[in-house]
Amino acid sequence: MSELVTVGISDLKIAGAPGGLVTYALGSCIGICLYDSVLKVGGLAHIMLPYRPRNGTEEQAFRYADSCLPLMVRNMEKLGCARSRLQAKIAGGAKMFDIADDTAFGNIGARNIAAVKETLSALQIRILAEDTGLNYGRTVYFYTETGMMVVKSFAKGVHSF
Amino acid sequence: MAIESFNQLNEVHIDVLKEIGNIGAGNAATSLSKLLNREVDMVTPAVRILDISEADRALGGPETPVVAILVKLRGDIGGMMMFVIEREFTQSLLETLLGESRVSCGNLSEMESSALSEIGNIMIGAYAASVATLSGLVIKTTVPAVTVDMAGALLTVPAAEMGSVSDKIIFIEDDFLSASRTISANMMLIPDLKSLNKLMESLGIQL
Repeated sequence: MSELVTVGISDLKIAGAPGGLVTYALGSCIGICLYDSVLKVGGLAHIMLPYRPRNGTEEQAFRYADSCLPLMVRNMEKLGCARSRLQAKIAGGAKMFDIADDTAFGNIGARNIAAVKETLSALQIRILAEDTGLNYGRTVYFYTETGMMVVKSFAKGVHSF
Repeated sequence: MAIESFNQLNEVHIDVLKEIGNIGAGNAATSLSKLLNREVDMVTPAVRILDISEADRALGGPETPVVAILVKLRGDIGGMMMFVIEREFTQSLLETLLGESRVSCGNLSEMESSALSEIGNIMIGAYAASVATLSGLVIKTTVPAVTVDMAGALLTVPAAEMGSVSDKIIFIEDDFLSASRTISANMMLIPDLKSLNKLMESLGIQL
């Protein structure tokens, strides 16, 4: 197996085959894998929040679903990827804590999932697989040779998508 | 001038937070000692302003399993506090309190969960009392939520929930000594910016 490139929090990386990408310990954050199966080029983004505030700076673009994903598509297009070929796999968006006397708490995961889906739909990118929600942390591996997303968690072990 | 991000905290601010950490850890050591019925001493805590990624490194890496107990703050101060402890220490705490016990990820029994919630209550209460004593502000907390999972997955929650524009958290690192063992406990203070300013003002710090 070739070397893995680590994607940090509020970060985005793109790799070509046979490279792999990994982002560790997603809680309410979401990992979004985009793949062009013809070029075997894949991107992995780690977003933390749904929408960029109006006064958000350019450096923070990767933090938000609605600003990160269009940038990700543009960066992949620059490498020759065709938007019509891009397909998505997503994981994360968990509710990590349950506060008994505050039911509104912990909805950020669900809001992230909704924003990612809305943004992908606006970009006309189909979601092939998702492992989202519930209440546990996930590490996401994305392999550009196969387009496979592998999700590792303490609660559910290792699963391939 | 108001503090607009945790980046602007200077040495004077950090010193005040250290003092809060000191008194809080003292309170916590007393409470822990009563709870466990054995002597518990504290080492002077270290206070650091860290990025989330630095904080999870300090806990042994993003995938290290830890126990986190989180409360929301109410009253004069808004924000969150999160108490993070090593799984091993949690194990020995629960053994002392409940007899036999196994702490596994995402799989706490009701008994274990409520015991940990109580420990969290005591520890967070000890630090909240320290903030209240020094500042004269009223601080209330929600019922604690307990989760065992990867450090990274838990540390991002307060910043995400608060829609924070920065990834910084106030990280108070305490070492407790009990029966010749050193126990690392970490208290994370994540006030909203308005509350951080209010806190510094109440403590008589020039912003």
